[in-house]
Amino acid sequence: MIGAEGQRTGPGTIALVAMAVVVLAFLIAPVVIIVLVSFSGADYLSFPPPQLSLRWYSRFFGTSVWRQSIVVSAQVATLTMVFATVLGLAASLALVRGRFRGKGAVYALLLSPMIVPTIITAIALYFFFARLKATGSILAMALGHTVLALPVVVIIITATLQGFDLRFELAALSLGASRLTALRRVTLPLIAPGVVSAALFAFLTSFDELLIPLFLAGVEVQTLTVRIWNSLLLEVDPTIAAVSSFLIAVTCVVLGASAMLRRRTD
Amino acid sequence: MKTDGRHVWLLLPALLILGAFFVYPLFGILLRSVYKNGYTLESYRQVVRTAVYLTVLGKTFEMAALVTVSALLLGYPLAYVLATVRPRLARLLVVIVVLPFLTSIIVRTYAWMVLLGSNGVVNQYLVALGLTTAPLKLLYNRAGVVVGMTYVLLPFMVLTLASVMRGIDPALVRAAHSLGASRWEAFRRVFLPLSAPGIAGGTLLVFILSLGFFITPALMGGPSDIMIAMLIEREVEFTLNWSFASTLAVILLAVTLVGFAVYYRVMRLERLFEGLG
Repeated sequence: MIGAEGQRTGPGTIALVAMAVVVLAFLIAPVVIIVLVSFSGADYLSFPPPQLSLRWYSRFFGTSVWRQSIVVSAQVATLTMVFATVLGLAASLALVRGRFRGKGAVYALLLSPMIVPTIITAIALYFFFARLKATGSILAMALGHTVLALPVVVIIITATLQGFDLRFELAALSLGASRLTALRRVTLPLIAPGVVSAALFAFLTSFDELLIPLFLAGVEVQTLTVRIWNSLLLEVDPTIAAVSSFLIAVTCVVLGASAMLRRRTD
Repeated sequence: MKTDGRHVWLLLPALLILGAFFVYPLFGILLRSVYKNGYTLESYRQVVRTAVYLTVLGKTFEMAALVTVSALLLGYPLAYVLATVRPRLARLLVVIVVLPFLTSIIVRTYAWMVLLGSNGVVNQYLVALGLTTAPLKLLYNRAGVVVGMTYVLLPFMVLTLASVMRGIDPALVRAAHSLGASRWEAFRRVFLPLSAPGIAGGTLLVFILSLGFFITPALMGGPSDIMIAMLIEREVEFTLNWSFASTLAVILLAVTLVGFAVYYRVMRLERLFEGLG
């Protein structure tokens, strides 16, 4: 195919590669540009920045409402990570190991929050929690995000479990280990990289998500994404570039960590 | 270990949480859409009778179609390259697709607002290069929404296409060459038809996801670029007409579910995650 098998590279191939490079640039440029302009020393966002400074970062980390939002986002995302990973791991074990009727339907149900437009899930939860007078609580937002993160966790962990050699567990059982011991001492350590990776993606799903907290947040309790939303409705404030870069950095950490975990398993 | 029904109880916690915080609230929406002092289809009739709502529905489909076509045109060449270059290079390139894919939608939308604004980066360059004297209006109109939504949804298209293309046996294309087909002919008559499930899956997925889009059109669109999800939000936040918001949500949900039913005939959603693992 391209360049392989010693084929001549024709004009078609060159055009194709050029197109692919342009699309790759289209994908990565906005992310890179936002990170670069966040270090701008100017009052407005120009690229490349005329001089470098950390003023937008000091405004971001120096403002108490922004700092509060980091804490709220981290709390919601941590709770989501714990809930979704525990529930998703258990469900994945049942889905991969169990043989029961309606398995396909259960699997489809577990993945369905990915399919339903998030705006619908968000207003449904808003009506639900508003009736319980429970909006504005960290727990409500985390439960909403758990629903959204569950499909991600189930997809990653079921894939890990399918690649797991059951004979290791059988060996432990035949050597006298109880089911629980075999699970705890043999299976879990072996699938741990997949589980940790799933947990990280669950954290990220929550940390990045806007719509659930947009409807469930209170005046005091707002996530980073909700604060970004509120300030974008007013003006394009350069502080948002610093906040965005912070969120991009969190994404990079999760991506990097999961890549490292995968390499260790391979 | 025997595979049997003994593991079923492990499903309970997840199903309980999904039941309480997903299925039940969605059921609540369905109920709200048909119940107002007794069961009635009044609010559905209102949607059909009101020109504004039909216009918004039409615009939503139009926008989704535009975004889907742009994503396919941009995504196909990139997916082809991803699926056919050496695996090590492919892994590096996939990171460039996946990094924006996993970045918050609000961050990605903000990035395009910075780029396309009247004092934005793109206009700064257009003016500096003398291509335009006054800044162009690239934001708060339909063009802005199409660019922003295409950007957000492009990774879905690329990852779907690439996962299908990776499964195409290169020997088939080589066979066409050896039988005398030109490169273009071999592509058009062998590779392209074999990639059709990816095209079907990718376009369906992007189209369905576009229909329910909220953040990008709400921030990048002009006053006339209203999509159904924005209408739903307005009914909840400003008009406070929850039963009408529910009706619109049920309509959007029904269209989405039908779309996914078709999608599942060609593709599994999990395949998107092959690159993430």
